[in-house]
Amino acid sequence: MGEALVELNPARQAEVARALRAFLPARSVLWEVEDTRPYECDGLTAYRQLPMIVALPETEDQVQRILRTCSALGVPVVPRGAGTGLSGGALPPGDGVLLSMAKFMRVVRLDPLARIAVVQPGVRNAAISDVAAAFGLYYAPDPSSQIACSIGGNVAENSGGVHCLKYGLTVHNVLKVRGFTIDGDPVSFGAEGLDAPGYDLLALAIGSEGLLAVSTEITVKLLPRPQVARVVMASFNDVEKAGDAVAAIIAAGIIPAGLEMMDKPATRAVEEFVHAGYDLEAAAILLCESDGTAGEVEDEIARMRAVLAKAGATRTTVSRDEAERLRFWSGRKAAFPAVGRISPDYYCMDGTIPRKKLGEVLRFIAAMEKKYGLRCPNVFHAGDGNLHPLILFDANDADQLQRTEAFAAEVLEKCVAVGGTITGEHGVGVEKINQMCVQFREPELETFHAVKRAFDPKGLLNPGKAVPTLSRCAEFGRMHLHGGRLPHAELPRF
Amino acid sequence: MSAGDNAAELQERVRAAAAARTALRPRGGGSKDFYGNDPRGEVIDTRRHAGIVSYEPTELVVTVRCGTPLAELEGELARQGQMLAFEPPRFAPQATLGGCVAAGLSGPRRAAAGAVRDFVLGARMLDGAGRDLVFGGQVMKNVAGYDVSRLLAGSLGTLGVILEVSLKVLPCPVAERTLRLDMDEPRALEAMNRWGGQPLPISATAWAAGVLSVRLSGAETAVNAAATRIGGEALDPAQSAAFWGDLREQADAFFAGDAPLWRLSLPSVAPMLVLPGRQLIEWGGALRWWKSDAPLGEMRAAAEKMGGHATLFRGGDRAGGVFHPLPPLLAKLHRGLKAAFDPAGILSPGRMYSEF
Repeated sequence: MGEALVELNPARQAEVARALRAFLPARSVLWEVEDTRPYECDGLTAYRQLPMIVALPETEDQVQRILRTCSALGVPVVPRGAGTGLSGGALPPGDGVLLSMAKFMRVVRLDPLARIAVVQPGVRNAAISDVAAAFGLYYAPDPSSQIACSIGGNVAENSGGVHCLKYGLTVHNVLKVRGFTIDGDPVSFGAEGLDAPGYDLLALAIGSEGLLAVSTEITVKLLPRPQVARVVMASFNDVEKAGDAVAAIIAAGIIPAGLEMMDKPATRAVEEFVHAGYDLEAAAILLCESDGTAGEVEDEIARMRAVLAKAGATRTTVSRDEAERLRFWSGRKAAFPAVGRISPDYYCMDGTIPRKKLGEVLRFIAAMEKKYGLRCPNVFHAGDGNLHPLILFDANDADQLQRTEAFAAEVLEKCVAVGGTITGEHGVGVEKINQMCVQFREPELETFHAVKRAFDPKGLLNPGKAVPTLSRCAEFGRMHLHGGRLPHAELPRF
Repeated sequence: MSAGDNAAELQERVRAAAAARTALRPRGGGSKDFYGNDPRGEVIDTRRHAGIVSYEPTELVVTVRCGTPLAELEGELARQGQMLAFEPPRFAPQATLGGCVAAGLSGPRRAAAGAVRDFVLGARMLDGAGRDLVFGGQVMKNVAGYDVSRLLAGSLGTLGVILEVSLKVLPCPVAERTLRLDMDEPRALEAMNRWGGQPLPISATAWAAGVLSVRLSGAETAVNAAATRIGGEALDPAQSAAFWGDLREQADAFFAGDAPLWRLSLPSVAPMLVLPGRQLIEWGGALRWWKSDAPLGEMRAAAEKMGGHATLFRGGDRAGGVFHPLPPLLAKLHRGLKAAFDPAGILSPGRMYSEF
């Protein structure tokens, strides 16, 4: 169980449930343990907390009234999309309301000429592209969890995917977000045009991890689907050579549609699981995708192959058709579940580094594997420097847990030390909140809290997530300096 | 202007002003003094905090001090075959990077490539108390903390003095070609939107006085194929560069004359507007410039009806404020953010909205 465990206050529960039942049907207010249990965690399953109440609104009016009620009663509210988040951003409040947006599943409007879709936050990421496909359009950001994760969650986390270098993150592909503040006041950030007057509140809201507002309707940009996409798979006998090859591709003026790296332990785990056709002898493989018109792709693939060969690729294979392209990608997209098969538990990191530091960071991770006696396959969004090292461990072994935790903390701090960040796309949530104290100093954290107060003065929306309190950081700093380990090391986290 | 680190002096200046409650207005080359409501406060000159801090073409990231001239930065990028893809207007040769980010203005490539804010990866700034703050970073993907650095784009110096910005850069296109087609406005609007939904390498569009100009950028093969499909008459490369350059800098003949210049930002599919004056359309229909003497109320109402907003960009009667008024709740959030970054209210007061 995570450290956020809060004891249930039955009187408070009854009071809040009664207030919500005044305008919500019975099916929309859950408080019996057997009903609330499925909501006790998100994709970060090691942190668990039973919510005091789960609310499942079906209309914007209900969302507004829930927020007004909670705000008036001083009840914390945690919004939740599909619950696939990997940082505990939707960890429920033990003394509050988990606001599930799961029933907001409608594509409200799709305008093929304007190339926009207006969707409710519970719509799955991949479902948008499915609906848009009839018009030759798609929604570009494609997190690996895209068949399950919701667009509302993507907005909260500013989710990425494997095609971000060329097509951007959620923040580059959302035009407008409509929703409510914690007080139930309707707000709208952005516009159906390309900008809105005043501050860019849309940019601020995207990636705010549900701390600033609750979204109820999202307008996304749709792009024309490229005529053709092909991927080159390149093998390298050395991980750093593969990293240099990535720099060489960029230096050649190529922006690949996707550029991913996996090391040997990762490809081996994946190959057994999905038979993607990876080169199992290579120390690392690169997947380098080109998209565009047929002629454009043919030219670019030829240039990519030449650069990769010159950079020391021992083998390059180009996908012959769409089925093979999808098969090459299937391994990358299935990397997490594949690793899940070879180890009782795994812990996924999400640091981003300047690409030129790849060799240094990978050597560091290898040293940490020895130091902590734990294996760590690496998958890597090579194009944009976002690393996903996966530490393999057994959560039933308390010692392994502690080692995993310390291993992860050292790697994230290394990412900061080389000029990177502790989280590229999964969010801080509860999981990386201590490392926020490493990445930011007191004045920046104070500013974040001040930003939060501008939207939510009482601090009721998703409290305790994303931005640590200064006292927490002071405590963390002390423990960190003296013990060389994270605080509360006795608490299982993963 | 010699490059150098002048952060300490700027910080001293902001601290002193905060203590004395004196208004300051950060200013680089002054190329956009005309933009926004009348600047108030003493000038705090950012030009001596200049120079490229780091630039590694293979990382696609450049980190630049605020006083660096845009011309110098873009020149350095061009030497490496790279560019600022949002094509910021300079409006004067001495325009600086800090002013570019603070103004948040993007040029012809915006609809295809993104706006200034889309390329901002990180920023170092002084807040209204003179605290030296760092947000974001030098990497493409970074979700640690609120995205304050993107918030600075277009904040007109009201949230802080931008000291340093890290930007994503992109390779320059291999091939570029401009096509000219005779088209009336409704047909041009329809065509720009229809093409936008097709995989064509369109990097800019502009329509005025019955002529639609379309710029294609990308691989030679893709540009050739698209040119065949779109048709029209091709400009020679020098004409093409001059046309888009003039458009970006508002040196095009359309922008001449004393009539007020209005900027209407609308959904790209908004139908033809009937307003007094002359019009130039960019960004696939999403940006409509008007040289018009129509009253402020009429321009704002026209934009609002289409789900957009109107800015009095240059000239005209500025007494009613140049930016589109905010709904009450957004105005409240703006005041709250302003107070978070500049509690004493000393930074560029009134430049964006008169109430802060």
